[in-house]
Amino acid sequence: MADIKKFMYVNRKAPYGTIYAWESLEVVLIGAAFDQDVSLAFIDDGVFQLVKDQDTAAAGFKNFSPTYAALGDYDITKVYVEKESLEARGLSLEDLQHLVWEDEDEDYAEKDSIRLVSRAELAKVMADQDVLFNF
Amino acid sequence: MKFTIQVNEGPYQHQSSDTAYQFTKAALAQGHEIFRVFFYHDGVNNGTRLATPPQDDRNIMKQWSELAAEHNLDLVVCVAAAQRRGIADPDEARRNGKDADNIAPGFRISGLGQLIEGGVQSDRLVVFGD
Amino acid sequence: MSMLHVVNKSPYERDSLATCAGYCQGGDTVLLIEDGVYAAIAAGKAAANLQGLTVAALGPDLKARGIGEDKLISGVKIVDYTGFVDLVANTDRVQSWL
Repeated sequence: MADIKKFMYVNRKAPYGTIYAWESLEVVLIGAAFDQDVSLAFIDDGVFQLVKDQDTAAAGFKNFSPTYAALGDYDITKVYVEKESLEARGLSLEDLQHLVWEDEDEDYAEKDSIRLVSRAELAKVMADQDVLFNF
Repeated sequence: MKFTIQVNEGPYQHQSSDTAYQFTKAALAQGHEIFRVFFYHDGVNNGTRLATPPQDDRNIMKQWSELAAEHNLDLVVCVAAAQRRGIADPDEARRNGKDADNIAPGFRISGLGQLIEGGVQSDRLVVFGD
Repeated sequence: MSMLHVVNKSPYERDSLATCAGYCQGGDTVLLIEDGVYAAIAAGKAAANLQGLTVAALGPDLKARGIGEDKLISGVKIVDYTGFVDLVANTDRVQSWL
């Protein structure tokens, strides 16, 4: 496996209503061991996955949202959030979890993982990928 | 060309299993290689041998098994998704203390790494789902 | 470096096609399959989403849904499963707008 491919996980579904968000996150975590060039894209209802302060206690199922905060530990540092999708749903960056990663090359400086990008910008990033994972 | 196919939905409930099957069959007929078919989410339900669809309808599970036998296909059911939904091979059933297994011929249960490997090793990943 | 966008949702129920259209780059193809084929009905409101795009539709899914070719917007390429495979092989990557 000498070749490193560009993998993008495309998330377009809200959490909890269906299992896609959670099971796709499981793929991302397992996939991190494969040392590919990984990025995550959150588009349409996918942006709801990253909303902070999720509390599932009263609903009776597992809250998997803390797992997103661990992505940085898995060396997943490119989390693209589509601006248009976020705004259309009445949200802004402040409504989302603050995801960070530590840059080993800069004395473990904390850096933001989330990159708020326009649809046109994200389309260009997507067009540059080798493999697109859809759930 | 080498393809990996991902199936995200169960048979009958959604057309994606049929589409994936027809696509896989057509790709094989054209001489392409199917590196793997990976069943995820409710797609793991393609891998049960206990379903009994009506006689006058297609048997999706059996179609996969037959295609696998004919072309030596690697049909992989995701273990984590399968455990949630009650799809088990003899090993899994034993390990989890179940009194039966239900995996269909030609399918095997394995980890999510098999999907990632499909993405790494194949020229194309094609995902079918809802 | 072209992409095949596969859309399997009716545009009257979900916004997959509209989002997909926003992600299409020059040289890309949109393939309508399953309930996605309803988008290609010329007289339908959703056909506007396809303007300016290179569009293909899966013939077996059109037939299954009783949509005659005469009902479709002009320029749609009708493909069978073999043609679907060719589209995948002839583009660089596939995005399924599930």
